[in-house]
Amino acid sequence: MEHTSINVNLKVWRQKNNQAKGEFKMYKLEDVSTEMSFLEMFDVLNEQLINDGEDPVAFDHDCREGICGMCSMYINGKPHGPWQANTTCQLHMRAFKNGDTIVVEPWRANAFPVIKDLTVDRTAFDRIIQAGGYISVNTGNAVDGNSLPINKDKADASFAAAMCIGCGACVAACKNSSAMLFLSAKVSHLALLPQGEPERHSRVVNMIAQMDKEGFGACTNTGACEATCPKEISLSNIARLNKEYLTASLVSDK
Amino acid sequence: MLDSKIPAGKLDEKWVDYKGHCKLVNPANKRKLEVIVVGTGLAGASAAASLGEMGYKVKAFCFQDSPRRAHSIAAQGGINAAKNYQNDGDSTFRLFYDTIKGGDYRAREANVHRLAEVSANIIDQCVAQGVPFAREYGGLLSNRSFGGTQVQRTFYAAGQTGQQLLIGAYQALERQVALGNVTMYARHEMLEVVKVDGKARGIIARDLVGGKLERHFGHAVLLCTGGYGNVFYLSTNAMGSNVTAAWKAHKAGAYFANPCFTQIHPTCIPVSGDHQSKLTLMSESLRNDGRIWVPKKQGDNRKSIDIPEEERDYYLERRYPAFGNLVPRDVASRAAKERCDAGYGVGSSKQAVYLDFAAAIQRYGKGEVSKRNLGNISAAEITQLGKDVVKEKYGNLFDMYEKITGENPYEMAMRIYPAVHYTMGGLWVDYELMTNVQGLYALGEANFSDHGANRLGASALMQGLADGYFVIPYTLGNYLADEIYAKALETSHPAFEEAEKKTADRINTLMNIKGKQSVESLHKRLGKIMWEKCGMARNAEGLKEAIAEIQALKKEFWSDVRIPGEIASFNPELDKAGRVADFIELGELMCKDALAREESCGGHFREEHQTEEGEAERHDDKFMYVSAWELKGESEWELHKEVLNYEVIKPSARNYK
Repeated sequence: MEHTSINVNLKVWRQKNNQAKGEFKMYKLEDVSTEMSFLEMFDVLNEQLINDGEDPVAFDHDCREGICGMCSMYINGKPHGPWQANTTCQLHMRAFKNGDTIVVEPWRANAFPVIKDLTVDRTAFDRIIQAGGYISVNTGNAVDGNSLPINKDKADASFAAAMCIGCGACVAACKNSSAMLFLSAKVSHLALLPQGEPERHSRVVNMIAQMDKEGFGACTNTGACEATCPKEISLSNIARLNKEYLTASLVSDK
Repeated sequence: MLDSKIPAGKLDEKWVDYKGHCKLVNPANKRKLEVIVVGTGLAGASAAASLGEMGYKVKAFCFQDSPRRAHSIAAQGGINAAKNYQNDGDSTFRLFYDTIKGGDYRAREANVHRLAEVSANIIDQCVAQGVPFAREYGGLLSNRSFGGTQVQRTFYAAGQTGQQLLIGAYQALERQVALGNVTMYARHEMLEVVKVDGKARGIIARDLVGGKLERHFGHAVLLCTGGYGNVFYLSTNAMGSNVTAAWKAHKAGAYFANPCFTQIHPTCIPVSGDHQSKLTLMSESLRNDGRIWVPKKQGDNRKSIDIPEEERDYYLERRYPAFGNLVPRDVASRAAKERCDAGYGVGSSKQAVYLDFAAAIQRYGKGEVSKRNLGNISAAEITQLGKDVVKEKYGNLFDMYEKITGENPYEMAMRIYPAVHYTMGGLWVDYELMTNVQGLYALGEANFSDHGANRLGASALMQGLADGYFVIPYTLGNYLADEIYAKALETSHPAFEEAEKKTADRINTLMNIKGKQSVESLHKRLGKIMWEKCGMARNAEGLKEAIAEIQALKKEFWSDVRIPGEIASFNPELDKAGRVADFIELGELMCKDALAREESCGGHFREEHQTEEGEAERHDDKFMYVSAWELKGESEWELHKEVLNYEVIKPSARNYK
């Protein structure tokens, strides 16, 4: 792959901590190789800031191969930046042109308070899972893995929903800061499997109650979540979630 | 003396016998016993969840923002289990045998046999949790093969098996959090083991958001903190993966075993420049269908598709006809290095070989034609059908390759090169997974016990979950049964006081250096030394140089590192500085270990010890032991040897020809 070097201007959200007021700051970066990943470009920026005696930009990242779900930058108005089905860590600088100004912000949602700069607190997602995003099976209880054949199409659909990496881009993309795509992915993953059947009704009711408690907004079927999801979790999961919720509220005794 | 506490009796009866006789803790007492679990990857999450279910009071710690981010999540290819669903001759014994042989006869028989025994239970447990493994049309679980084996025993979920298994364990963990049995401490890093009367009784952890040090008591401490591949700076590990918890345990007296046994994975995306922060793995499962080759002519600059079939050297198929592209990782990595060093490498850096799917696409395309009875269709249509099949099997990996390199692997051969991936070495543990420090355990990649000198593909997930779900629930009880009289200590105890002070002093020292060099730049330099002199091939001279260079680097680090920001704040540079300081010390020990082991085995290849054909030469007469290092002082270690007795398997030269 041919590569070139470009110069870019970065407009980055800086916020010292949760209490402080944040602001945008401008930085210039020269000779950025287009083979660099977006986060490697931030590494270069931070090296520069440290050398200049300034505070480096705090951002979450870990695996840098698009699977851990930790990276979370809102780039030019889109979570994870311009590429389709992509995470920030897999975005590469060949997506940008020489002289571009790139605006980088944290996820913005009441349920995801800023910790510092581009780092936010997403523990609300963990609490939604705690409310029912599991199958209650203690270690040692299992029967043979092949004792229950599962229709391949259903297993594949379940897997497609289970691919969610819990990054929160769906919330950041949504004008209402709704967590419905995240929640529906988990509900679908488990509802499509026979193992998830016994807790099917209580799961969806409890998880939705927790989501509301965390301060996520309502879903208005805009579809920005699906368009931005790095794992292409389908909007049809939200339809399934609504169906599950409706059925559960009709039959649930809780 | 090292006592591995391997139970007496026949190999296949040891674990059954152990379980039948180990001590138990009654449910009322379990509620009074506190267990600390550090790390929430497959080993940590499965251990914390299982122990919580059993009724222990568990505290779990991870440095990421959520336990679901642990690096187990990035494992791609699959998990082995001796289910023999394919009726192709697999059995517990064969999985045990393959693992011992794959590890080049440097692992403990009893541990590995136990691993093979519980492997089948893991699959059952994961299926019950809702892990969506790949299935056949009949609804049953699908398998594929992996390097170093001749049976199909690998269970998988596309190219993200680790993700699905970790989400399963994470959900089990969160269920216990909801029930109040586990308290979760995310964005916390363990910085010290607290010992009272020689027993591990807690930890000092730092809250990474506010920077405060915290004291946590536990009747036992479990380290499930993964491997130390990031000592090389560039590796397939996550950026945060580190040795710090294990190293603090080492400093508190725990022996570090076989540190030089590191696995270089043969199929990674090659380095593209100095800015590179990490390397990305292309799952070994790709070797099932992809063929590895280099041009027969040195310095051939043509594009891969322009090089005709007869001018390609499928060097693995040529050198190892029995296993071909599916030789174990260490063998495949060295063979790639050999070709590149000899001038046959490809791509702009010439440090790469081709992994080619053209033949597989044609084969699958024709398979679809016959399966769907499509009759006479064009070559282009056949190719498209083949691409569709390959996409279903490896789509996410191909997408990842394209994003990183900007090249389309469906159209042209991938370029790959070996990269640091896994560390077989780790804290020394006995059969019960306890280190030589009473009450301090190490599980998963953090220990050394199951993979010898080389790990087979799809075995890391197996070991992590085996340790957490099916081993520690038994062995921990055997220790805690005698601790029921030990009341939970107040954390005002002098031992906690002292440990906290030590940690605070170290952090203050680091912050007050106020030098000129960034943590990252020093880490890169360490990585370069390690890769060049303690990487895929090692020799005595290079290792001696490396030790001197690392000692000098250590001085430089402690006198010239620059850490911005403050202690009492969210400060990732400070977190990283502590980790790199530990990596530097570990690097020295790794070189020392590599120097002392005058043989080639598994991932450890000493250039002085090879056959005329360039194959590794083991010296069983002199080195059939585990090297367990005890820290004695600065740059000073004492070697303890645990001799390996092979009662069932007869060690022989590994032959994949």
